[in-house]
Amino acid sequence: MIDRFSWMAIYPELVLLVMACVIALLDLLDKRLGRPVAYILSVLTLLVLAVLSGLYASSGQTVYGFDGLVVSDPMANWLKCFAALALLVTFVYGRSYVADRGMLRGGEWFVLGLLSLLGVFVMISAGNFIVLYLGLECLTLASYALVALRRDHTTSVEAAMKYFVLGAMASGFLLYGLSMLYGATGTLDIAGVFKAIASGQIKHQVLVFGLVFVVAGVAFKFGAAPFHMWIPDVYHGAPTAVTLMLGAAPKLAAFSMAIRLLVEGLLPLAIDWQQMLGLMAIASLLIGNLAAIAQTNLKRMLAYSTIAQMGFVLLGLMAGVVNGNALSAANAYSSAMFYIVTYVLTTLASFGVIMLLSREGFESDDIADFAGLNQRSPLYAGIMAVCLFSLAGIPPLVGFQAKLSVLQALVSTNLPAYIGLAVFAVVMSLIGAFYYLRVVKVMYFDEPTSTSSISAPLDMRAVLSLNGALVLVLGIVPGALMTLCAQAIVQMLAT
Amino acid sequence: MGWLSLAIWTPILFGAVLLALGRESQAPLVRWLALVGSVISFLVTLPIYGGFKLGTAEMQFVEKAPWIERFNVNYHLGVDGISLWFVLLTAFITIIVVIAGWEVIQRKVNQYMAAFLILSGLMIGVFAALDGVLFYVFFEATLIPMYLIIGIWGGPNKIYAAFKFFLYTLLGSLLMLVAFIYLYTRSGGSFDILAWHSLPLSGTAQTLLFFAMLAAFAVKVPMWPVHTWLPDVHVEAPTGGSAVLAAIMLKLGAYGFLRFSMPILPDASREWAWLMIALSLIAVVYVGLVALVQQDMKKLVAYSSVAHMGFVTLGFFVFNDLGVSGGIVQMIAHGFVSSAMFLCIGVLYDRVHSREIASYGGVVNTMPRFTVFALLFAMANCGLPGTAGFVGEWMVILATVKANFWLGLLAATALISGASYTLWMFKRVYFGPMVNDDVRQLSDINGREFLMLALLAVAVLWMGLYPKPFTDVMDASVASLLQRVAASKLN
Repeated sequence: MIDRFSWMAIYPELVLLVMACVIALLDLLDKRLGRPVAYILSVLTLLVLAVLSGLYASSGQTVYGFDGLVVSDPMANWLKCFAALALLVTFVYGRSYVADRGMLRGGEWFVLGLLSLLGVFVMISAGNFIVLYLGLECLTLASYALVALRRDHTTSVEAAMKYFVLGAMASGFLLYGLSMLYGATGTLDIAGVFKAIASGQIKHQVLVFGLVFVVAGVAFKFGAAPFHMWIPDVYHGAPTAVTLMLGAAPKLAAFSMAIRLLVEGLLPLAIDWQQMLGLMAIASLLIGNLAAIAQTNLKRMLAYSTIAQMGFVLLGLMAGVVNGNALSAANAYSSAMFYIVTYVLTTLASFGVIMLLSREGFESDDIADFAGLNQRSPLYAGIMAVCLFSLAGIPPLVGFQAKLSVLQALVSTNLPAYIGLAVFAVVMSLIGAFYYLRVVKVMYFDEPTSTSSISAPLDMRAVLSLNGALVLVLGIVPGALMTLCAQAIVQMLAT
Repeated sequence: MGWLSLAIWTPILFGAVLLALGRESQAPLVRWLALVGSVISFLVTLPIYGGFKLGTAEMQFVEKAPWIERFNVNYHLGVDGISLWFVLLTAFITIIVVIAGWEVIQRKVNQYMAAFLILSGLMIGVFAALDGVLFYVFFEATLIPMYLIIGIWGGPNKIYAAFKFFLYTLLGSLLMLVAFIYLYTRSGGSFDILAWHSLPLSGTAQTLLFFAMLAAFAVKVPMWPVHTWLPDVHVEAPTGGSAVLAAIMLKLGAYGFLRFSMPILPDASREWAWLMIALSLIAVVYVGLVALVQQDMKKLVAYSSVAHMGFVTLGFFVFNDLGVSGGIVQMIAHGFVSSAMFLCIGVLYDRVHSREIASYGGVVNTMPRFTVFALLFAMANCGLPGTAGFVGEWMVILATVKANFWLGLLAATALISGASYTLWMFKRVYFGPMVNDDVRQLSDINGREFLMLALLAVAVLWMGLYPKPFTDVMDASVASLLQRVAASKLN
C-alpha cells in the first residue's frame, strides 16, 4: 500500500516529537511540579507508544508512506515497541539515579531521551538513505548531549568528547558510502537501489567501494570490532543511566539499519558484505571476550561483552544467503533479531542492578562493589546472576535460546566454513563464560564489604523483578517471541 | 501431567518456593520443608517403577508436547530400562543429601536446600529427555546450582574448584551442542533423539560427531585424561555436593554414551571402541594406583570414582549384553557406594575438620557404630560379594574376558588395587592407636546420621544380595541398544 501522505505510517514519530516538546515546555512552567509530572508523562507516552506499536505490528500490515520515504512494516513496529519499552524501563531504573546526580536540570534527561528514541524510530522506519541518515543523526546528537549531561564530571565529559569525535567520523563514513551508492545507482530510495543493483547494469567495483563504507557505518553503530573503540570508554564514562540508554534501544536501531541497508538495499551484494560481517564477527568475538577478562570495572566488562555479543548478531546476519540462495534468509535474520531483542532485555536488567547499588555520590560499578551481594539482597543478586548466566548462554535462560538459534542458522547452511564459525563462536563463548562467572563468584562467594541495605522505589523494584523474571521465562518458553521475530522478518522479506 | 513431569517439576517447585519464601531466621522450617519436598519428589518416582512394563525396549511414560515450534523442539519425555533406575536413584540421593546437610549447613539454608532440590529435578530431566534440546537444557542447567553449591558452601579453595568444574564441563558440552544442531540439520529439522537413532550418517560425519559428543561425555564421566577436575572439585565441595556429584552427575556422562554415541553413531563407536577401551583401562588401572598414594580421603574416593567409572565405560564398549548391563549396574551401585563414602568422610569432617588420613587413627574406639557402616561401604567399594559394588564389576570383568582374555585380566587387577587403597585407608583411619586428641573426643553418630547411613546401607546390601530388580528392567533395552550398535548406518 503506497499512500502519498500516509500520516498513519509516521504517527509514533509525531507523537514522540510532540511529547518531547510538551515535556520541554512543561519544565518552564513550574520547576517543582515539573519533574514528577515529566517523569509520569514520559513513562505514559512510552507505554502508549509501545502498546500501539505492538497492536499495529500484530495486525501484520505494511504501509509505505510519503512515496516510500518511510516503511511501517511489522518488523519496524515490533522493534519500535521494544525500543519504547526499553526507554521506559531505562527511565524507571534511572529515576532516582538521575535525580541524585543533579542530572534533572530542566527536564533535559527526559527530552533528550525521547529525542534519541525519535532518532531510533526514524532509523527503524527508514525507506530512504536520507531518512535513515537523519534518524541516525537525531539519535547520535541526542546521545552526545546525554553522555555529557553531568558536565561537572570529568570522565563523562571525556567520554562525550570521544563519542562525538568517533561518532562524527562514523557518520561521515556512512554518508560517504551512501553517496557512492547514490552515484552508482542514481537513487536514494532503498527499494530503488535494490532494483538498480539487481538489474546487474552497474559496475560492481563502485558498489563494493560504497558498500565498504556503509558496512563500516553499520558496524560502528553495533559496536563491532574493529569499530568498537568507543564502546568501552563511553559505557564506562557515561552515567550508568545514560549507558543503558545507549546500550539498549539504539542496538535495535542498529539491527534495523543493517536490515534496511544490507538486506533490503544491498542483498545482491550479499556475497561481499557477508565476508566483511564474518571477519568482523570473528574479530568482535575475539577482542570482546579476551579484553573483557582483564576488566575490573563492571560497566567496562559489560561493554566488552557487548562487543562479543554483537559478534553473534553479525554471525546471524551473515548466515542468511548461502551461495546466492536466500532460502535460509528468514531463519538467519530472525535469529539475529531474536538475539538482539533478548540481548537488550538482559542488558536492561543488568544495568538496572548496577544503578540500584549506586547511591548518591557513589558509583557502584566496580566488580568488587558487588562482593557478597547475595548476603545483602538475594533477590537482586539472583536477578544479576540470571542476567550473567544468560549472557554466557547457559540454559535455561534466554541467552541460550538466542545463541542456539544463531548457531542453528550457521550450521543449517551446511557449509564447512560456517560450521567452523559456529565451533569458533562456541569456543569463544566458553571464554565468555569465565568473566561472567567471575562476577557471579564475587556476588555469591565473597564476603560483603558493605552491609548497608539496598533500597529502591517500588516501581523500580517491580520492573526490575519482572525484567529478571522475563530473562528466565523467555528462556523456558521462547516460542512466542521466536515466532514473532520470524513472522516479522518473513513479512519484511516478502515486500 | 504425567509421572515423569511430576518427578522433574516437584523438586524444582519446592526449590523455587524455598528460594522465594525462605528466611535466615526460619532455618528449621526450611529444613523440614526441604525434607518434605525431597520425600514427595521421591514418592512420585515410585509409580514410574511400579508401572514400568518389562520385556519391551519401547520408551514408556512418554509425554510429548510442542515446546519451541519454530525449531520443532518438543517437550518429549520417556524412560526405558536404561534410564529408569537413574530417575529413582536421583530422587533417593536427594533425600539423603537433605538429611546430610541438616546441621552442617547454617548459612543460607534455604538456598542450599533449594539448589539441591532444583538440581535433582534437572538431573531427572536429563535422564528422561528424549529431545536433543531438552536434554541439553537440563544437562547444562545442572551446572548453575552445582557451581553455586561448590562456591558458596565449599572448602578453602572453593573458587578454583567451582570455576574448574564449570568451565571444564561447559567446554565439552558446547561441542556437543554443535553436534546436536548438525544432527538436527541432517535429519531434516528434528531434535528427536529416537529419530536420530535411525538416521543414516557417513563415516566421516560419524567420527566427527563421535568426538564432539565424546568431549561432553568424557569430561562428565570423567574419563582419563580429562578427569583432573574431579579430585579438585570433590575436595572443595561440601559433603552433599560431593555425594550428588559422584552419585549422579558423573552418570550423566555415561548415560550420554548409551543414549547418544552408541545408538546414533554405531559405526564410529565400533571404529573407536579400541580407544574407549584403552582409556577405560588406563582409568581402571592407572588411576587406581594413583588413588593408592593419596593423603586426602576425599581425593582418594574421587580417584576411586574415576577408576570405577572406567569399569562403566569399559563395559559399554566391549559391546555385549553382559558388559552394557554390567556397566549400568555399576553406575547404580557406584551411585550408592560413592555417595555413602563421601557422607562417611563428611561425618568425620564435621567433627574434626580435616580430611587428611594422617589426622585420624583408631576412630573405631570412639565411634564403633559409625565404623560398622564405614566398613560396609568400604567393602562395597572394593567389590566384596554380597554388596552392590560386586555385581557390576563382576559382570563387566566377565564381559571383557569374553571379548578378550588379556583385557579382562588387566581389568581384574583393579579389584586388587581397589581393595588395596580402600582397605589401607580404612586401616589408617579407623584402626590402630589413637594418636590424635581430636579422635579421643569424637562422639558417635547421632540419629540423623544413623538414618542417612542406614538408608544407604540397606540399598547397598539389597543391590548386592538381590540385584534382579535392577537387571530385569534393563534386559530388553540393552538388547535393543546392542542391535542398533551392531547395525551399520553408513549409506
